[in-house]
Amino acid sequence: MSMLEKTLGWVDDRFPLTKMWKEHLSEYYAPKNFNFWYFFGSLALLVLVLQILTGIWLTMSYKPDADMAFASVEFIMRDVEWGWLIRYLHSTGASAFFIVVYLHMYRGLMYGSYKQPRELIWLFGMFIYLALMAEAFLGYLLPWGQMSFWGAQVIVNLFAAVPFVGPDLAVWIRGDFVVGDATLNRFFALHVIALPIVLLGLVVAHIIALHEVGSNNPDGVEIKKNKGADGIPVDGIPFHPYYSVKDIVGVVVFLFFFAVVVFYMPELGGWFLEKDNFVPANPLQTPEHIVPLWYFTPFYAILRAVPPMFGSQFPGVMAMGLAIVFLFLLPWLDRSPVKSIRYRGGLYKFALAVFIISFIALGRLGTLPAGGIYLTLSQIFSILYFAFFILMPWYTTIDKTKPVPERVTFK
Amino acid sequence: MKKIIIAMVMVAMSSLAHAAGGKIHLDEANIDLTDQASLQRGAKLFVNYCLNCHSANFMRYNRMGKDLGLTDKQVEDNLMFTTDKVGNLMDVAMTTTDGEKWFGTTPPDLSVISRAKGSGDVGANWLYTYFRSFYVDESRPFGMNNTVFKDVGMPHVLWELQGGQKLMNAEAVKDGAKPEFALTSTGSMTTEEYDTAARDLTNFLVYMGEPSKLKRLALGPWVLAFLVFFFFVAYAMKKEYWKDIH
Repeated sequence: MSMLEKTLGWVDDRFPLTKMWKEHLSEYYAPKNFNFWYFFGSLALLVLVLQILTGIWLTMSYKPDADMAFASVEFIMRDVEWGWLIRYLHSTGASAFFIVVYLHMYRGLMYGSYKQPRELIWLFGMFIYLALMAEAFLGYLLPWGQMSFWGAQVIVNLFAAVPFVGPDLAVWIRGDFVVGDATLNRFFALHVIALPIVLLGLVVAHIIALHEVGSNNPDGVEIKKNKGADGIPVDGIPFHPYYSVKDIVGVVVFLFFFAVVVFYMPELGGWFLEKDNFVPANPLQTPEHIVPLWYFTPFYAILRAVPPMFGSQFPGVMAMGLAIVFLFLLPWLDRSPVKSIRYRGGLYKFALAVFIISFIALGRLGTLPAGGIYLTLSQIFSILYFAFFILMPWYTTIDKTKPVPERVTFK
Repeated sequence: MKKIIIAMVMVAMSSLAHAAGGKIHLDEANIDLTDQASLQRGAKLFVNYCLNCHSANFMRYNRMGKDLGLTDKQVEDNLMFTTDKVGNLMDVAMTTTDGEKWFGTTPPDLSVISRAKGSGDVGANWLYTYFRSFYVDESRPFGMNNTVFKDVGMPHVLWELQGGQKLMNAEAVKDGAKPEFALTSTGSMTTEEYDTAARDLTNFLVYMGEPSKLKRLALGPWVLAFLVFFFFVAYAMKKEYWKDIH
């Protein structure tokens, strides 16, 4: 026995290292027909690690102080060795995280990955999405620019719309009557400690749940129903080395596009870094348009689409919350006997297309001033967004499905 | 069904196309961040005309010197008026209260002003056009207004270089037309010379907005080239492993 084997044996007697390696990598059998859409899970993990590492280095020079925050970001951009690169990796990584996660969720919608027996994977995933939104919102205050300040002001004021306790709740969240130093300090604490811990825990739960039931695939076929004499699914291949080498290719392609943004267009025309955020926060001067970053704009558009009722903005806030709550309920709203879009009927395909168009249109409308035609469009697309969920039990029941094959296919 | 989807997309697109109106005409600045002579001239204009009321609190004199090809001695002798340490930030003595009293508003810090005015080339175009768009308007406290920044609090500090000018098509400008100016008095520069000076100053402000920009652009091709190379390696490895999977 070599020294290495001896050491490994010593560890294995005390910690299930080899067992875990086998369970999650070398003997985790994934369907062999994963397509393009299956890159985004591992990419999300990559971006999470990237955000944590760049975040650690940013905190080394960042100052969570209303008088120093803006200057400390510029200090990082100018005086810290490679600080500009670390900062752009982090700011681009934030948007990349949402792009990757949205595509990952869309994959789930297409192939019915949330359906029985993967409901918990979907729920953990949705909680990750919620935590990610909170993390992004908290982090966006830290540069202490105009959009940081006013964005936080608007979002915290949403809580003030809650009946009875609203105003007190908003003060409690801010720690002050306006967004101020106390707010910045607590947002920093939550952004760098609380939410990352929650995110990591949820990601672990998401992956453990996935590896318990096994991965879905573009055909929506359960590969565990068809095992060989050795007890291994005939359509399964070990995650490592097959998908580890395949995911490396995906990582390289992703990093290529990522690097194009980081090195050539870190602001991405104002979509990733808004111009108003190069102006230090000024509580006395409201920017012309207060617009959240692009990944929140679909929900922002829904919020604005609902008119105030009884002099309260609360219905809009409720609608925005419901837009996310409905996503949680997908596994129970979908009554279709098949998982994958490949074997579903035209009704579901149509509904999904309308949903995606509505989501993108709402995202665009959320960046535009609310009024006139934009408001009407926001209302139409909001109704379509909700119709996707509310009508789902009906159209998935009557939809004509095609027979699902016994084995996975390569298409 | 497809027709309905297409129709909906069309409706969405057409309404999104003509976004917010009230556009301001901007001239192309065509700056060149690699032109060190231009940046040096811009720095000189900046410290002489801007850096008395405006600060550049995030920029250090010696960093500027290093990036602009100047020695610390050259920076100390030619570009430093308000401090004696070359490692200092480009701050000013004027307090925010004074600024508010004298101009009605605090002159903003200019470190990242080029990025605050728009991403891509927009910030540069905005500044370049702004410097050249002051015109005589007796209704304003300093007797000057600006087509890019309406009712700006700042006096036209480059007036002695450009001279005074009148706005000829005030009504059309309101609808986004290109403003036409006519000189009412001459400055020490010709129009061409002044345009170059405005371009140099813009160039410097864009440089100051992101001093690492040239480094970033220079590093980009190497990173992308490595990723392209590594793609072929990774793809070959994937192919090799997957050749027996059918």
